[in-house]
Amino acid sequence: MSTTLPDAAPASPGGETPERRFPSAPLFLSGPAALLFAALVLTPLFLTALLSFNQFDYATGRTGGFTLEHYLAVVTDEYYLEIFLRTFRISALATAICVVIGVPEAYILSRMSNPWRSIFLLVILAPLLVSVVVRAFGWSMLLGPEGPVNGALIALGIGRMKLLYSEGTVVVALVHVMLPFMVIPVWTSLQKLDPAVEQAALSFGASRATAIVRVVAPQILPGILSGSLIVFGLSASAFAIPGLLGGRRLKMVATVVYDQYLSDLNWPMGAAVAVILLAANLIIMLTYHRMVEGHYRRRLG
Amino acid sequence: MTRNGPVALFFHALVVIFMLAPLVIVCLVAFTPENTLSLPTRGFSLRWFEAVFHHPDFVQSFWNSLWLAVLSATLAVALAVPASLAITRYEFPGRGFLNALFLSPLIIPHLVLGVAMLRLFAVVGAAGSFGWLVAAHMVIVTPYVMRLLIAAISGFDRSVEQAAFSLGASEATVFRRVTLPMILPGVTGGWLIAFINSFDELTMSIFITSPSTVTLPVRMYMYATESIDPMMAAVSALIIGITAVAVLLLDRVYGLDRILVGQQ
Amino acid sequence: MSFLELKNITKRYGPMTAVGDVSLSVEKGEFVSLLGPSGCGKTTTLQMIAGFVEPSAGTIRLDGRDITRAKANSRGLGIVFQSYALFPHMTVFDNVSFGLEMQRVPKGERKPRVEEALSLVHLAPYAKRYPRELSGGQRQRVALARALVIRPPVLLLDEPLSNLDAKLREAMQFELREIQRKVGTTTVMVTHDQAEAFSISDRVVVMEAGRITQIDQPYRIYEHPETEFISRFVGKTNLLPGKVATATGAGATVSLAGIAVPVETAGLSVGETVTLCIRPEKLHLTAPSGGLLTGRVADRFFLGSQWLYHIDGPLGTLMVVTPNDGSTPAEQGAPVGLEWSPSVVRVHRGAMAEAPDVALEVTG
Repeated sequence: MSTTLPDAAPASPGGETPERRFPSAPLFLSGPAALLFAALVLTPLFLTALLSFNQFDYATGRTGGFTLEHYLAVVTDEYYLEIFLRTFRISALATAICVVIGVPEAYILSRMSNPWRSIFLLVILAPLLVSVVVRAFGWSMLLGPEGPVNGALIALGIGRMKLLYSEGTVVVALVHVMLPFMVIPVWTSLQKLDPAVEQAALSFGASRATAIVRVVAPQILPGILSGSLIVFGLSASAFAIPGLLGGRRLKMVATVVYDQYLSDLNWPMGAAVAVILLAANLIIMLTYHRMVEGHYRRRLG
Repeated sequence: MTRNGPVALFFHALVVIFMLAPLVIVCLVAFTPENTLSLPTRGFSLRWFEAVFHHPDFVQSFWNSLWLAVLSATLAVALAVPASLAITRYEFPGRGFLNALFLSPLIIPHLVLGVAMLRLFAVVGAAGSFGWLVAAHMVIVTPYVMRLLIAAISGFDRSVEQAAFSLGASEATVFRRVTLPMILPGVTGGWLIAFINSFDELTMSIFITSPSTVTLPVRMYMYATESIDPMMAAVSALIIGITAVAVLLLDRVYGLDRILVGQQ
Repeated sequence: MSFLELKNITKRYGPMTAVGDVSLSVEKGEFVSLLGPSGCGKTTTLQMIAGFVEPSAGTIRLDGRDITRAKANSRGLGIVFQSYALFPHMTVFDNVSFGLEMQRVPKGERKPRVEEALSLVHLAPYAKRYPRELSGGQRQRVALARALVIRPPVLLLDEPLSNLDAKLREAMQFELREIQRKVGTTTVMVTHDQAEAFSISDRVVVMEAGRITQIDQPYRIYEHPETEFISRFVGKTNLLPGKVATATGAGATVSLAGIAVPVETAGLSVGETVTLCIRPEKLHLTAPSGGLLTGRVADRFFLGSQWLYHIDGPLGTLMVVTPNDGSTPAEQGAPVGLEWSPSVVRVHRGAMAEAPDVALEVTG
């Protein structure tokens, strides 16, 4: 080259952030991960979306062609409608209970002093890291016909109840699995809260309850909303809990997809349900993102 | 100074019992000498733990899960370190898209990822291969690593690197002697959280494991749907034990609340 | 030829010029401060000397060698960062030793040099500690030792004292100067604190909006600020708008709201709009009838060694500082006279940039 532009020369590393260098460095750095995600996230999702429009021949098990019948089945077939409705009902109930338990619990935790606070935070959050199969199994024993819950019911004179394989059991176990996801965001927004603000409200003569409702609650609302959406999203796609505690008849969306794929072998139908589940999840998350990022970030800085 | 009233503390006690009860009962039943799922009222026995170690399926699945978790966590960290450096340190076209892509497995249900992987493996003829299973697990654990690393790298005072550079260090030396040691808690924390997530993963794996690559959670799920005996409790108790060790390690190297709750 | 020479250095970010046409010569062993409010380009200038930011135009020469495009790790300069930028995972000893290691100094030679640098900053007993186990002032000294141990031709200090509390900052100012004198390293410091710049620099470079507006000894900058901005930024000042009434060869009289004030500035022409600057400590309180002006004490503030008065008079509110010599201060509301010597009045040509406001005092 006959001329050298001074600005084209690479700047020294450790310069202004983010660096405006020749863009080969970031591509080189993120390339391997980008390849993996292109191959194992984008491609399979695209293939699955295609598959959901394929026809399925029950006799031969072959797929091909183009059809909308799987999507139509979801909105017209009573079987699928009931399953989507049940999934929605169970998830909404689990979310509501998580709010009712998780929000006060996060508040109580935030008012504790160390070391108790750290210990109990660990107790509440650590089950998150234990395999969900183990937790579902624990509930099946607790609620089983010979389990301690029924034992207590008999001792109280209420008598043995059939607890397993009911919607109630699925909801209870989902709450157990999802509660940390509610406590975490609420706890985070409580951490950001200046305790002096609540004290200020009290100093103006507000009662404790008024202070909580008028001052604390509005500030942790984004955390509650965020937790609710995560809990709802994860509950709606939960597999192990309904699979192990719902039994043969109490199907949810995830267990139906599993059946379609591995028992009925109707992959296109399963793919259609999966695509709907994914779309619903993305819509919820993006709506939430819009709402929280736009509204609350502005108001609460 | 605890400022919680008696009602609040009672509520708190109920929540704690609720959270711990299913784990505690699993651990107790694991020690039962009976042939049925029951609390060990007539003494403790290790017979069901012994049974687990002599059950070839469980032993094989345990090793499958262990290798899978070690490999996918290690490879995910190896990919995530440079990728998070690129995302936090450079401004380049497609940066926002890549960031969203790398974190997307957090909001894509694992069930959907499972059926999608199954389809892909069928198309490329890789069904049941352990290598592809590792790659699939890398996808689901990478976002956890990335989140920690991005937090670690952006919370990092760049002038420390500038200082090393001004003292005559080369770019490679700055990375090796300064950058890497400073983000090491993020790297090890990320590895551990990736390991735990891979080791526990059920919903995606159940679609893409073959009889020879069945992981422990998948094996347990299958076992629990078919038969229920105290062996299931013994395996579960072992998993709780392993998780507890990992949690304590994690707390040591990084701080569990920092990982689960996020950066302050 | 100077030791460190910046010639027409410019840095543009897109359409914005962060540093424009800066030229500066620093002699060997000199201590020079770049002083200015935040955003004036002083830090960018320092970063260009350090090699972290590449100039858009201009040249930087060190000891006759052009280093404009040299990489930061080949310049061999010692830098103390505002955040100190210590390596948190290394002990104090390893922090200081790092630069020597990079220069491939043999191990046997490193130890005595690190120990020498640490005793220079009075930290010899802390060699085995980690940065997080040190106080702010101690970290600052480690950063200084780490920069000096490589025997750099030039030491760059980026707001080195701004993270320390007031008392420690004052003590460190003198210590910094003492160490610099002892080792004789040419030093360039960036600061927004004029007291810091004045007390330890041989020369001060005042920067404003990316440009140098005055380079002088601290005393001259204070007494002879070349622009109204400098007189306001450096210390407190009374700014008075007026018009030249009469002009002779060596001086003039300026009319301030009808009051004629003599000045000793040559070359003014009759009718010209000017702004007079008078430092508050140059004004003296007298008996009500004895001064050039009369006024009333609107407010007074006790500053310990001094009294600060706000005097209402025909020229608006003026600030007056008198030493607390133990005599009884003027009461609030009392009528007073004001007098000053014509030689302390500085004249800036042109109108004032904005209305004077005694309550507004630019400090950084």
